[in-house]
Amino acid sequence: MKRKSLITAAALLAAAGAIAACSPDQGKSTANAGGNDASSCTNTIAKKDLPVVTMWGWYPNTQLVVDNFNKQSNEVQVCWTNVGQGGDEYDKFQTAISAGTGAPDVIMIEADRIPTFQIQKALVDIKNYGFDAVKANYSDGAWKDVSIGGAVYGVPVDGGPMAMIYRKDIFDKYKITPPKTWAEYEQAAQKVKDAGGPLFGDLGANVPAVMMALQIQKGATPYTYDPAQPESIGIALNDQASKDVLDYWGNLARKGLVGTQDQFTPEYISGVINGKYATYISAAWAPGYLTGAGVGKGEDTGKFAVAPLPQWDAANPMQVNWGGSAFSVTSQAKNPELAAKVAYGLYADDASLTDGWTNQIIFPLNLKALNDPKFVDLKVSFFDGQQANKEVYVPAANAYTGMTYSPFGQYYFDSMTKQIGAVIDGSITGAQAADRIQEDVANYAKEQGFTVQ
Amino acid sequence: MTLLIEESAASTQKKAHKVRGKVRLREHLMGWLFVGPFGIVFLALLIAPLAYALYLSLWQKKLIGGTNFVFLGNYVKAFTDPTFLSGVWFVVRFSLVAIPLQIVIALAMALIVDAVTSLFTRFSRLMIFLPYAIPTVIGAVMWGFLYSKSFGPLTDIFGLFGATAPDFFSKNLIFYGLINVVTWQWAGYYMIILYAALQGIDPSLYEAARMDGAGKWQIALRIKIPLIAPALLLILVFSLIGTLQFFNEPQILRYLAAGTIAPGFTPNMYAYQQAFALANFNYGSAISFALGGIVFVCVYAFLFFTRKRRSFL
Repeated sequence: MKRKSLITAAALLAAAGAIAACSPDQGKSTANAGGNDASSCTNTIAKKDLPVVTMWGWYPNTQLVVDNFNKQSNEVQVCWTNVGQGGDEYDKFQTAISAGTGAPDVIMIEADRIPTFQIQKALVDIKNYGFDAVKANYSDGAWKDVSIGGAVYGVPVDGGPMAMIYRKDIFDKYKITPPKTWAEYEQAAQKVKDAGGPLFGDLGANVPAVMMALQIQKGATPYTYDPAQPESIGIALNDQASKDVLDYWGNLARKGLVGTQDQFTPEYISGVINGKYATYISAAWAPGYLTGAGVGKGEDTGKFAVAPLPQWDAANPMQVNWGGSAFSVTSQAKNPELAAKVAYGLYADDASLTDGWTNQIIFPLNLKALNDPKFVDLKVSFFDGQQANKEVYVPAANAYTGMTYSPFGQYYFDSMTKQIGAVIDGSITGAQAADRIQEDVANYAKEQGFTVQ
Repeated sequence: MTLLIEESAASTQKKAHKVRGKVRLREHLMGWLFVGPFGIVFLALLIAPLAYALYLSLWQKKLIGGTNFVFLGNYVKAFTDPTFLSGVWFVVRFSLVAIPLQIVIALAMALIVDAVTSLFTRFSRLMIFLPYAIPTVIGAVMWGFLYSKSFGPLTDIFGLFGATAPDFFSKNLIFYGLINVVTWQWAGYYMIILYAALQGIDPSLYEAARMDGAGKWQIALRIKIPLIAPALLLILVFSLIGTLQFFNEPQILRYLAAGTIAPGFTPNMYAYQQAFALANFNYGSAISFALGGIVFVCVYAFLFFTRKRRSFL
């Protein structure tokens, strides 16, 4: 037992390193994190006489995607560097924006961060650089998430339609069926707890994007603004829906029905592997992430299944999104037109897309893949052959109508993390947390020169 | 010693008087030449960035409305900013507990290692010093695993007695969890400094003390500790400065407990968040200087109250 957990620990440590780095020669790449230095590519550039466009990204299969692109292109070659995943990359990009130099030409960013960088004029509107040619490849909803006003600030690659991943073994043991509403979710959690079972889910302070999505699911509209007048913004973070959702999760945590572990940590992953959590409220990219972290490979093989996200009102279901990224062209790009070619072409070829969805690294937004029967009918091995795309993720993605994100996403998420932490330790209620987040973020917005409505 | 220097200075003066201008000029040049390499690096890598940061801290950059000169506005904001103040309060509390603890442990270890000479003490000396040789980041990651409920030994140890292991990542216990990490890391280093000072004491003093009938305890308390007081003062100042600038350990453990360790947990972390995550370099610089001011005041006050002890500064 001891030995096994030690091996798990070692494997997880390695996995954590791999997630954080996603690149074997991370030392080399971070040392050359200055974006425009073509000599620091992680990939080998095949056609050396072509102009080079630099790119930052962290998809686990970026190497293959970049190689595929470089092989096909006769105009431009991509020089790829992995400077870290999510927040780590954004911090570096943010610093490069402030410094006015050091950013790459093309950057992978999550859709919810686009307004944050757009308002600083760090991204280029690529509508005039070949948008019409690829417009039909993505749904209107996908374009909406990467557009502000009439301008397009990114090319969608993957989406994160949310669903409920659950452990079949635990559900069978305690004789419960996947809850369809959040009320049923709580009842099921109580039932499992009363029977001495494991935690039903997890409230992680470090995943505020999930809380935001769940609040939006109940009808919250955190931000409203007219891109033509960015200085005037509506902030509604403590409306009834937002309070209800925070209270709901705060109560689940207080009653001991869900855990309060930070997610994406070795501790959490080991909990998932060992069946400590009956459900994982997450997005379509989660199976790929979990597989990469070592979940579903040992004793827990074939124990996972997925069901649609529980609803507040089963009669009027609402689908939401977590994560999902795009390729954007930065305003530091030396040749925006060439960079836009890369942004449009990268991860858009069949070979890369197929690799992405068969390995569950991405939930593709490219309609070539999304409408491909092979993709829709795929029997997902992580879910023990369940046709997860057909049953859950594709309907969720099709029902998704887009969300409006914040132009100061980093501050908003930091504030949420802090207050969710306070809800977890029991010092405030969810409703109080919502009030504090509202006050905190509204003050920040005013300080930054916005007129808050 | 002083006499010699005075003599040579006096003779230099005489010579200078004789030959006057030329030599003095050459000596001046030589002096600057020797100081030059250091001076350039010092100016370029320390003074210039500091001056630039000070300059930055007097401005304010907004997402809407651009950059404005606000003079001390950022400082006024910092000293009324609850996040900054709670961070300062945290590191002050932390210093009050962590520093005495580290010094007591380091002093006790140094006295033992100094008094008892055996293979075992030499081995212990190395072992106590070892944590300092581990980079703080690695140390923090390691303790992250040791505190873990799934991977750490705490669950098993407390399980033996049928108790639940404390969660050092919870809001109530993170303070002690961090005290433990810092003490583990630094006590050995301070011990080595104190040990070196103890080794510098003339052993004939001990002999004289023994002749006068002093026991081991009396030697330790009345001779050793007073004689290494300057070294004690030195490590107190070092640890005070280091602890007020607390950054590495909480920043690393944040990846495991983001809800407990907020971005503004310590003033330095707050400066980092403002500058690098929120692109607020101006306010970040102001926080850094405000923290620098607090450190200066703390250290100055400390030295003022201990000034009788023939200070090293």
